[in-house]
Amino acid sequence: MVQQYIGASITRKEDERFLTGRATFVDDVKLPGMVHATFVRSPHAHARIVAIDTAAALAMPGVVAVFTYDDIASLAKPIPVRLYPLPSLEPFLQYPLAQDKVRYVGDPVAIVIADSRYVAEDALDVIDVTYEPLQAVVDIEESLRDEIIIHEAPGTNLAAHYVVSTGDIDQAFRDAEYTRKERFKTNRHTGNPLETRGMVVAYDSGELTVWGATKVPHFNREVLSSLLDFPEEKMHFIEGDVGGGFGIRGEFYPEDFLVPFAAIRLGRPVKWTEDRLEHLIAANHSRDILCDIEIAMKKDGTILGIRAQVYGDMGGYIRTHGSLVPASTAGLLMGPYNVPAYECGVHCVITNKTGVGTFRAPGRYESCFIRERLLDMAAADLGIDPAELRFKNLIQPSQMPYNAGRTRADGDTIFDSGNYPQALTRALDEIGYAETNPKRWVDDAGRYHGIGIATYVKNTGRGPFEGARIVISGTGDVAVYLGITTMGQGHETTMAQICADSLGVSMEAVTIYHGNTDYIPFGGGTYGSRGTVMGGNAVHLACQNMKERILSLASTYLDTEPANLVLQTGEIFRKGAEHGPALLSLGEVAGLAENAGSDEEDSGTLEITAYFEADQLTFSYGSHAAHVAVDPETGKIEIIRYVVVEDIGRAINPLMVHGQAVGGAAQGIGATLLEELVYDDSGQLLAGSFMDYLLPTSTDVPPIESIVLEEAPSPLNPLGVKGAGEGGIVATGATLANAVSNALAPLGVQITQLPLSPSFIVKLLSS
Amino acid sequence: MTTERNIRLTVNGKAYESLVPVRMTLVDFLRGELDLTGTHVGCEHGVCGACTILVDGSATRSCLMLAVQADGANLMTVEGLADGPELHPLQRAFQRNHALQCGFCTPGLLMTAYEFLRDTSNPTEEQVREGISGNICRCTGYAPIVQAILDVSQEAG
Repeated sequence: MVQQYIGASITRKEDERFLTGRATFVDDVKLPGMVHATFVRSPHAHARIVAIDTAAALAMPGVVAVFTYDDIASLAKPIPVRLYPLPSLEPFLQYPLAQDKVRYVGDPVAIVIADSRYVAEDALDVIDVTYEPLQAVVDIEESLRDEIIIHEAPGTNLAAHYVVSTGDIDQAFRDAEYTRKERFKTNRHTGNPLETRGMVVAYDSGELTVWGATKVPHFNREVLSSLLDFPEEKMHFIEGDVGGGFGIRGEFYPEDFLVPFAAIRLGRPVKWTEDRLEHLIAANHSRDILCDIEIAMKKDGTILGIRAQVYGDMGGYIRTHGSLVPASTAGLLMGPYNVPAYECGVHCVITNKTGVGTFRAPGRYESCFIRERLLDMAAADLGIDPAELRFKNLIQPSQMPYNAGRTRADGDTIFDSGNYPQALTRALDEIGYAETNPKRWVDDAGRYHGIGIATYVKNTGRGPFEGARIVISGTGDVAVYLGITTMGQGHETTMAQICADSLGVSMEAVTIYHGNTDYIPFGGGTYGSRGTVMGGNAVHLACQNMKERILSLASTYLDTEPANLVLQTGEIFRKGAEHGPALLSLGEVAGLAENAGSDEEDSGTLEITAYFEADQLTFSYGSHAAHVAVDPETGKIEIIRYVVVEDIGRAINPLMVHGQAVGGAAQGIGATLLEELVYDDSGQLLAGSFMDYLLPTSTDVPPIESIVLEEAPSPLNPLGVKGAGEGGIVATGATLANAVSNALAPLGVQITQLPLSPSFIVKLLSS
Repeated sequence: MTTERNIRLTVNGKAYESLVPVRMTLVDFLRGELDLTGTHVGCEHGVCGACTILVDGSATRSCLMLAVQADGANLMTVEGLADGPELHPLQRAFQRNHALQCGFCTPGLLMTAYEFLRDTSNPTEEQVREGISGNICRCTGYAPIVQAILDVSQEAG
């Protein structure tokens, strides 16, 4: 019996180096002659730069250089949008250093290089920047009035506005027997990987090496090449080990230009390690969405239409994610339901806050909260059970693939496969929904209990391509080079599982290499739950091609047809005689390749590069359910049970899929209950440290019950997989808000904004 | 004003003597001067616990302590946990339970758990959760870490 690796809960190959302290994170990289960078950042949310005096800093022993906008002026170009570009966003892009104006607290004004990080930080204190403070705009509605303009050239704070629609929305509201309109707001928060950002850049003999790349190294190399006017093939981006991604880490930020710039200018290796306070003001924020939404229904709960306006607070500049956060909020606002008519206005609004990018399930956490809350409100109004209302409207398996219409600026949203009602049924069964009657009660201690549910669908596996290169050596070892990167997902194990099964070798023979732009010419990177869908299928495809080549070489040597041979456990057998002696080892086939002579096709090393292409997205889906108890005195919410049901088509490694679901849910629970990047009216961040910005700890996160379904493999790829990285987080805001709203309904509370902090709950109860 | 001072200390059983700037944090000394980069820096203000090491047997945040304060101390870091190639039971249990994803918090959690299990026999799940509540993990949701620690306590009987 040949071992099947795909589907097995195999412990991780990569763990040992992390457990023993031998992993190499970017701050562990140390080079001879290395100097250290820090950044002068604006203390003002909105101000003109009048003068910058660097003389005192430059006179300090150990300070090597200070660069301001004037030093980069000849190269100064805005950092381009990577995803969800729109022409109108262009005037709002960020330059690597502020020129004459700063637009958020944290906006980089100068880079300082010194012999040590200590000295570089000392120098920050003596660089004298004269600012002329301007009034800050920190609120979406205030910004839209355009009374204070943040970017003078475009003359407006509205960086983009467009409308998506499908069906006849006016007819839907004319036919409505019931409508409800609400305003929802999701809290500005962010991913906070435990390792802050960092880079080490060395410039030597015309070659530039950048350690600390992750997420999208090939793309960032292309951007840096364009900004520095430096040949791309002479740039080498190296990932190393990475302490978490979650969307925020690995995008092209101002520092990603400035540190390499300094390394080239100085001809010395430069290290920059972001500190946490810096991370909270400089790296992307997310989730800051305001939404006005109205639903049209029949009295029996059938949805006729949804219309909405989504406003994204983008911060001071448009960053690499373009319009993604509000666009994705609009893109899946209708969720896994039959919504015959849908219309949504998308607004990208500039404010004097840190720029916005993605955080795990960007836009989907937000839209799920908005939609699922509104559905619960409608259910209560119509006297229909919330689960029944959802079953009535969920897209049925018989409707798959289902075209939800034009919900995005760039095309239709098409759900590839799924049994949405089944996932909801499973979540209800797990939480004991049918048996729990009533669904809310007050216990002896006076705490209000409630059950809440939410359903979601999440696009995963973005194309257009991903690559993998496989090399088999004379020892029979299989080296797999990936175009995707890894920030903790466990790809060194899952990709080896896919390779071992797809090729017919033991997993021990496979080594996965990732995170180096020299490994493979093109790579799309890892984001939006695309690693296994795109990278996994690239490995599978390369293995299929490799297997064909191996059997062709072996059959020529053995004077038979490829169809008469099989490759398994790393050896060639005659078909039907797999238990007999092996005819050739993989190492011997590698030798055949080297000696294949003049036949171009088959000569040289045993090596294959393949690119898997996809022009359609796979859609994971599922349901969450929670039981909460709320103390009306303190506002404290206890999560008594939390269930995540997610269908990802096919689980390569269930142990890790559960890890993703539970970890994602924990992040979402923290974000929903604790986290908020609060700004005051002058644009100062009030939650700029871990003392003020609370991340969930082991006593905050309840045990999470994760159910992984494999009922609807994706028809869009040979492995049948869908992304597994975000299903755990998508519905956390929605589910907890529904559970709390249900619990507190007798007290007249309906949640319309997050986070659900104790003080917020108490405030709601007292108003 | 003295800006540098000589210190002697033991790390993972090995003696070191070094002239260090008085303002250098212990974690920067371990990582930068001794090349013991297994101890990580997550927040530099004593909240996340990634830099946790044992100082004379007590779990301590090495970002909140100066190197000169460790003069004469006996330190243990994650590099001292395994016995040569033989992983410590905690390390094995972390792997078995998938208690690490990105692995950045792992060294600090291992050191916290090491002290916790030394001082607490047969802990309940609640005690474990309390015991590690000063260490932030962004990836796992804690449950597998809690399970790994409970596993080791049960192995130890």
